[in-house]
Amino acid sequence: MRFLLFAFLLVCAAGGARAESIVLASTTSVDNSGLLSRILPAFTAKTGIEVKVLAQGTGQALATAARGDADLVLVHDPEAEAKFIAAGNGILRREIAWNDFIFVGPKADPAGIAGMRDAIAALKAVAAARAPFVSRGDDSGTDALEKRLWKVTGIDPAHQDWYRDIGGGMGAALNAAAAMDAVTLSDRGTWLSFNNRRNLVVLVQGDALLLNRYDVIQLDPKKHPNVKVAPARQLAEWLAGPEGQAAIGAYVLGGEQLFHPDADKPYE
Amino acid sequence: MEPFLPIVELSLAVSLSAAVLAAAAGIPLAALLALAHFPGRRALVVAVNALLGLPPVVVGLAMYLLLSNAGPLGFLGLLFTPAAMVLAQAILATPIVAALAHRVLEARWAEYGRAFQASGASCIQALPHLLAMSRRPLTTAVLAGFGRTISEVGAVLIVGGNIAFHTRVMTTAVALETNMGNLELALSLGLVLIGISVTVSSAVLVLGEGRQ
Repeated sequence: MRFLLFAFLLVCAAGGARAESIVLASTTSVDNSGLLSRILPAFTAKTGIEVKVLAQGTGQALATAARGDADLVLVHDPEAEAKFIAAGNGILRREIAWNDFIFVGPKADPAGIAGMRDAIAALKAVAAARAPFVSRGDDSGTDALEKRLWKVTGIDPAHQDWYRDIGGGMGAALNAAAAMDAVTLSDRGTWLSFNNRRNLVVLVQGDALLLNRYDVIQLDPKKHPNVKVAPARQLAEWLAGPEGQAAIGAYVLGGEQLFHPDADKPYE
Repeated sequence: MEPFLPIVELSLAVSLSAAVLAAAAGIPLAALLALAHFPGRRALVVAVNALLGLPPVVVGLAMYLLLSNAGPLGFLGLLFTPAAMVLAQAILATPIVAALAHRVLEARWAEYGRAFQASGASCIQALPHLLAMSRRPLTTAVLAGFGRTISEVGAVLIVGGNIAFHTRVMTTAVALETNMGNLELALSLGLVLIGISVTVSSAVLVLGEGRQ
C-alpha cells in the first residue's frame, strides 16, 4: 500500500509544473536521428527553459499545433507550412537546417536505379520494373514530397501491387523496406542513424528536387492564447542563431554530418 | 538513449496508479451491480462486459480531444502529462476490474446472501464481509486491470506524446527503439517489461496468500 501511495505521489510530482517548459512539435526525422537530444541541453542550460519534444510526422505535428497543443513546430514540408501560416496558425517561419532525401533500396537493385541522380527517372524505372516500393502514407513531410515526385512522373502508383503504403513513420518504413527488399524515400538523417539496414543501400541521391529543408514556426498567440510566446521565440531564435546553428552543424554520426546549418545552403 | 530507470519508474507509477483508480471505481460498481436492484441494472452489466474490448487507441484519441487546448478540458493543462496517461489507462482498466469483480461478488452473494439477511445484516453491513471473503479473486481482477495498463501503448502514446524524461514509458520506448532500427535493444526493453509485469503480479499474489 505504501508503494502505491509513493507511486501516486510520483505521478503527481511528475505531472505538476516545475521549471518553465515548452512543447516543440517536431518531425520524427530530427528527433529519432538524435539531433534534438544532442543540441537542446545547451539551450536548456543557457535559458532554464525545458523543451518537451513531440516527435510526429509533419502533418500530425502541424495538426497538433493547430489545436493549440504545442508552442512551436519544427517541420519539413514547405507547402503544408505555407497552408498552416495562411490559416493564421503561425507567425514566423525560420529556416534552420537542411539535408537531403535519398532513395534507398536493396543492393540487388531490381529497378536498376543505383547511381542515378534524377529522382523522377528513378521513380519511372521503379514503376517500369514493378519493383517493390514502400510509401510512408502518413502525411509526413517525406510522404508529401514522395507524392509530389510521383505526380511529376505522371504515374499513379496508389493501387499497384508493388506499391506498399504502410501508414507509418520513417523508421517503420525503413524496417518494412529492409524486410521486403523494397525501395523507399528517406531523409538522410534518419537513414544515417538507422540500425536495421540489412540489404538496404543508398541508390539515388543528388537531385535538387531531393533537398530537405527544416523550418521552425512560432504559433500566433492571437489564434492560440495558451501558447508560451516568449520562451518559444527564445528557442526559435536560438536555433536560427549562431549557437544553435553551430550545434546543428557539429552533429556527426559515423563521420557523416546529418544536418547542415541554414547558412551552408546550396541554393538561392 | 536516455537513462532507463526513470522510464521503468514512470511505467510502474502510471500503470499502478491507473490500476488502483480502476479498482477504486470498478469494485464499488461491481458491488452495486451484484447486490443492488435498480432499473437498468442488467443493461449496465451488459455494458460493462461489452467494454472489456475497449480499444486503447480510441480511448487515447477521445481523451486527447477532451484534454487538447481546443477541447473542453484543455484549461486543465493535462495533455502530454503522466496524469493524462493515468486517466486514460484507468478508463481502459475499469471495465475489466468491474466485470471480473461483478462475477465474483454475484456468485458469493448468491451463496451467502440469504445467510447475511437471516442474521439481520443489511446489504451495506454485509458488503465488507463479502469483500473480505472474495479478497483473492478480487486481487486477480485488479491484476487483470494492471496487466492491461502496464502493457498498453496506444492510449499513452496519444495522450502522453512519448516525450523523453516526461511521458516516455516502457511500451512507447520499445515502439520508438523499433522505429529507430534498434531491434535488439527494443527486444531487451520488452523482456524487462515482461519481467517487471510478472514480478509485480507475483508479488501481489504472494502477499495476498500470505495474509490468508
